[in-house]
Amino acid sequence: MRKIACLVVVTFVFAMMFSSSAFSARKTVIKIGINAPLTGDIPKVGEGSKYAAMMWLEDIEKLGGLEVGGKIYDVELVIEDNESKAESAVKANTKMITQDDVLAIVGPQSSKQAVPAGEVANKYKTVMISPWSTNPNTTLDRPYVFRGCFLDPFQGPVVANFITEEFGFTKAAVLYDVASDYPKGLAEVFKEAWEKKHGAGSVVAYQSFTTKDTDFSSQLTQIVKSGAQVLFTPQYYNEVPLIVKQAKDLGWKGPIVGSDSWGSAETVELCGEPCYGQFFSSHYAAAGAKGATKAFIDRYTATYGYIPDDVAALTWDALLLAQQAIQNTGKITGRIETDRTAVRDSLAKIKNFAGITGNMTFTDEGDPIKCAVIVKINDKGEYEFYKSSCP
Amino acid sequence: MEALTEFIPYILQNLINALQRGSFYAVISIGYSMVYGVLMLFNFAHGDIFMLGTYIGFGIATLFLTLFAGFLPGPVIFIATVVITMFLASWIGVFVEVAGYRPLRSAPRASAAITGLMIGIIFETGILILLGAKRLSFPPLMESIAYNIGGVYFTNVKVLIIILSLFLMLALHTFIQRTKWGMAMRAMSYDFLAVPLMGVSINVMAPLTFAIGAGLAAVAGILYGQAYPILDPYMGVLIGWKAFVAAILGGRGSIKGAALAGYLLGFIEIFVATIFPSTLRDLIAYSIILLILTYRPRGFFGMEHSTKLRL
Repeated sequence: MRKIACLVVVTFVFAMMFSSSAFSARKTVIKIGINAPLTGDIPKVGEGSKYAAMMWLEDIEKLGGLEVGGKIYDVELVIEDNESKAESAVKANTKMITQDDVLAIVGPQSSKQAVPAGEVANKYKTVMISPWSTNPNTTLDRPYVFRGCFLDPFQGPVVANFITEEFGFTKAAVLYDVASDYPKGLAEVFKEAWEKKHGAGSVVAYQSFTTKDTDFSSQLTQIVKSGAQVLFTPQYYNEVPLIVKQAKDLGWKGPIVGSDSWGSAETVELCGEPCYGQFFSSHYAAAGAKGATKAFIDRYTATYGYIPDDVAALTWDALLLAQQAIQNTGKITGRIETDRTAVRDSLAKIKNFAGITGNMTFTDEGDPIKCAVIVKINDKGEYEFYKSSCP
Repeated sequence: MEALTEFIPYILQNLINALQRGSFYAVISIGYSMVYGVLMLFNFAHGDIFMLGTYIGFGIATLFLTLFAGFLPGPVIFIATVVITMFLASWIGVFVEVAGYRPLRSAPRASAAITGLMIGIIFETGILILLGAKRLSFPPLMESIAYNIGGVYFTNVKVLIIILSLFLMLALHTFIQRTKWGMAMRAMSYDFLAVPLMGVSINVMAPLTFAIGAGLAAVAGILYGQAYPILDPYMGVLIGWKAFVAAILGGRGSIKGAALAGYLLGFIEIFVATIFPSTLRDLIAYSIILLILTYRPRGFFGMEHSTKLRL
């Protein structure tokens, strides 16, 4: 008898837990989902996303809530960890959409998670804005998926042009992770852009490895032997220090150039001096920023104790975009499907949104047209604006 | 002729790369083999013991560098770090044996194998909760000096890794061949049912074996931190699997075999990536190993009867 009573109580508690989301949805609390890699390979990226989101929520709460069509609504963040895995990102999106009834999702950050997670968001007709994913497939043929940054087909040529103009090199080497959407896509785009400029065969070494590899010595030995003048490696902050260090140990003397994935606050912290003087393309440069960008950087630095990286800034922009889109709908009906579609339609209509990482207007695919920045890691290990390149 | 002068340094360079990589596999796979020799089970938590050893090494190294960097010479700090880390990590080995495997000694071997995997996951997530998901950067314990001899590049760190690994393996070999404890271990690997009846306590031998394995893994961890200075809680998983493959390839329970197979694995991995596109590295490398095992299921030095045993 007691057992049965116990069982009833447990079942009841579980039922309460699961249905609580349904109850609050009836009160029309606006829920925004954050799908971020809080653990796994790139936790610093997740941390930046989370902190930016918390700052945004703080602003909303200061105003007492989010005003839509003259009514004030409470806002709640649902932050899910995708462990930097594609399958977990899909799971997180499914959970947030079907169980938590979020109105819109911000994230996932890297393309490896954003490409598969975008599929889910689009299927359930829920707006998803990936702040940092630069792979074209994230938004391709998905009306409900948007992004807050430029694309790799733009970034690749920017880097290729920069190297050509800055150093006058004609022979390049590429080292990338073949098992991850972002490095693989960008490596291909870069190779194509470089060979268009310098002729077939001008990428003299095109080497790959797989996620979680730590030893790149045989690839780098071949790169050194190939006579390449510059090494392009579109990898994340956990791999960059290893690649740079091993390259130097194996006699590599040329510059090593990266892409926006280098932009994390931790790249320099983990890499140290070997990374000083290297270049990478990015979304914004913290050193020497002005206006709203500077205000964001100062506030973030004061609260969390380090300079925000591009992920944090892009997440901030993505949240403000979502906020604007929600407000532009004019009213919240409380029927989640209707509201989600309304948010999608108003987001697609936003023109010249003034973000801290640049102005944004979406194309039909949901991609903003934005400028890229070439960042130099200076002798103090800061990310310094070097030049910018606009489409 | 010119092609040859370019080709030889290139091969030598890859040889050094392979020696470094192989050293890690060899030292870690010995831990698998030793435990198998004594208890007839593979300790699947070994990769994570390696990870924990690296974190302990990281802690000790950071502590010593902040306390003594001013007035103690670098080599002293390095040796102190290695010795203390080995000592602390060996207690983790003892803990794993006493808490994880001892209660299951008469249970089916599959249960023990699963326990190993569980302990591994507990270690990984434990570190994750304790230190957060943030990557840590292992501080360099010595200044890295790069040498270039005839187009072959190497650093003092690389040389140290290779020499220290060889030294450790030699020391272990001597311990097992020349001491009473070593003799007991060898006896245990012949017959782990009869030997306890002769007065050699399995409750002493098993923790000792785990302790030595964990100590070796910890040194490998410190060296690993010097070569690949990024620490994360899951760093032991992949290298643990590969070292396990080496232990099987070398022959279950054979320490000599594990060491040799570890180096072989390093060579195969590096040279496959040199000859074929690097994307195919693991596919080809492990297909080669599968082929070897098909024709020689007991590995290089495994005993004949060991193929009949499962796990």
